[in-house]
Amino acid sequence: MGMRKVAIVGAGITKFVRRAQETGKELSWQASKMALDSCELTLDDVDMVTMGTAPDAFDGVHMKGEYLADGAGGIGKPYMRHFVGGGTGVFSPIHGWFHVASGMADICLVVAEEKMSSCHPHPQGAFLTIFDHTTEQPLMPTLIWIFALEMNRYMETYGISKADIARVSVKNKHNAMDHPAAQIPQEITVEDVLNSETLCWPVNRLDISPASDGAAAIVLASERVARRITDKPVWIDGIGFSIDTAYWATRDLAYPRYVETAARMAYDMAGIKEPHKEIHIAEPYDPFDYKELHHMEGLQLCKRGEAARLTADGVTARDGNMPICPSGGALGVGNPIAATGLMKIIEIFLQLRGEAGKRQVPGDPRCGLAQAWGDLMQMGTVVVMRK
Amino acid sequence: MKLEDYELGGINIKSSDFKKGKVLTTEWEPNLKYAWDNGVAIGRYLAGLKEGRIIARICYQCKRIMLPPRMFCELCFRPTDEWMEVKDTGTINTFSIAQVNWDASRRGKDEPPLLPAVIEIDGASPGMGIMHMLGEVEPDQIKVGMKVRAVWKPREERTGAITDILYFKPLRAPAKKAGARKKTKSKNAAPARGKR
Repeated sequence: MGMRKVAIVGAGITKFVRRAQETGKELSWQASKMALDSCELTLDDVDMVTMGTAPDAFDGVHMKGEYLADGAGGIGKPYMRHFVGGGTGVFSPIHGWFHVASGMADICLVVAEEKMSSCHPHPQGAFLTIFDHTTEQPLMPTLIWIFALEMNRYMETYGISKADIARVSVKNKHNAMDHPAAQIPQEITVEDVLNSETLCWPVNRLDISPASDGAAAIVLASERVARRITDKPVWIDGIGFSIDTAYWATRDLAYPRYVETAARMAYDMAGIKEPHKEIHIAEPYDPFDYKELHHMEGLQLCKRGEAARLTADGVTARDGNMPICPSGGALGVGNPIAATGLMKIIEIFLQLRGEAGKRQVPGDPRCGLAQAWGDLMQMGTVVVMRK
Repeated sequence: MKLEDYELGGINIKSSDFKKGKVLTTEWEPNLKYAWDNGVAIGRYLAGLKEGRIIARICYQCKRIMLPPRMFCELCFRPTDEWMEVKDTGTINTFSIAQVNWDASRRGKDEPPLLPAVIEIDGASPGMGIMHMLGEVEPDQIKVGMKVRAVWKPREERTGAITDILYFKPLRAPAKKAGARKKTKSKNAAPARGKR
């Protein structure tokens, strides 16, 4: 393709919390500084900076990218914000990849931040304006409605029960017990999920990830530079992204085709023919528990309608054959939208380097994947990584 | 590197401290107002709703009868060709029983749940659904695959808005006879539809 190889060489993250004392700018600084420190670089070494952050409406700060630039180390440098809703965090390394793969930068700092707590009474309110202003907004929808509608369609299509889906929440909140940044690590049972408050049937309180504040950052380097920085680079071998129509009610709600399209783009680039065999470990986006299953199917990690059974059989547990969300995911670590995607990238980075501590999956994983999804349930972003 | 070796940022403020004003914050309540133009396609759609009709638009190339109507086909990337009235009946593609309002506040104890649904409108291409509400139905009677009909506002109260349809209600009283129930069930052959 005439592109250079690109590696992840460093990472930083803040704790994910419900309401951070720090501003978004301060959170961005903490994650960025940690990422540079982790690979013994300084801001002087950085050629370009990319910043991922989701709706301005959360923060109530217009031109959020520009506002955050100081914290992300962007001042006086080529700096650019990207935003594809919930898909933003996994688009962040893709955006940085273009800078480095093209030869325009040798080192690119990639930062993602979200501060949802500024919006009151609840950041859900900020989602009203993502719906079509004429044909949908007058019905006063909340985003939880469309997740409930999608989950119900998914359950109905494949005959999956709420208990089948609740296992994902149980697994991920359990995995998060070992994540130092985690907001809601918990040991819970399927019954706890089923008995938690019903928000919009079939969605209960414990089916959903929390609103969070937090930031994450990684350092990308070209091959030549990466090998000077570290003896354990993790290569970005495949990138993919794809968008479906915003007429969301006209889509097949049981299957995320946009995720499949994005995954196939990334697999083609990485030379992956049989993803369920070649991907050893994955971090699909799990803002709702059913979404992990939905996304596993879109990612071709299993057949349609099969992900719930794999979860029930323990295949997706941290010590299973195909560990899914060993970090604890959005459900356990927390969901500061853009930062969540980058947290997932960092988890695969650490797992492939064998540096995930108590979260380390057994069996020396060599190939991993992170995926996010967003906008009006229409955007898929996928990154394939190898050591 | 290991995350465990770092002191991570992110200081959590307790909700109680925040509510009691123990931390300093600055507040702003915006009072922004927008007036959105309806556009050509949706303008006609709304004019139709005011007359109690649902108007779709056809693309001759991909043959889709599209709802909501649009002046260009996003797949063929060409102008669409013709207006077409479709029915005000349809099939429930999926639904929810919502105890939550738009801003995540909870429905009051004596407020009924909201019943949002995706409804595939008869006469439009298969899968062409719109989001709307269900009504005149017990939540536990709602089924995917159920046939529904629009309940319109009285003519004089319509304003040319999606809310000119109050909600969709079941076409027939639910599960009165065994025969009716059977019919609903067979419509509900879900796996085949999912692979569309």
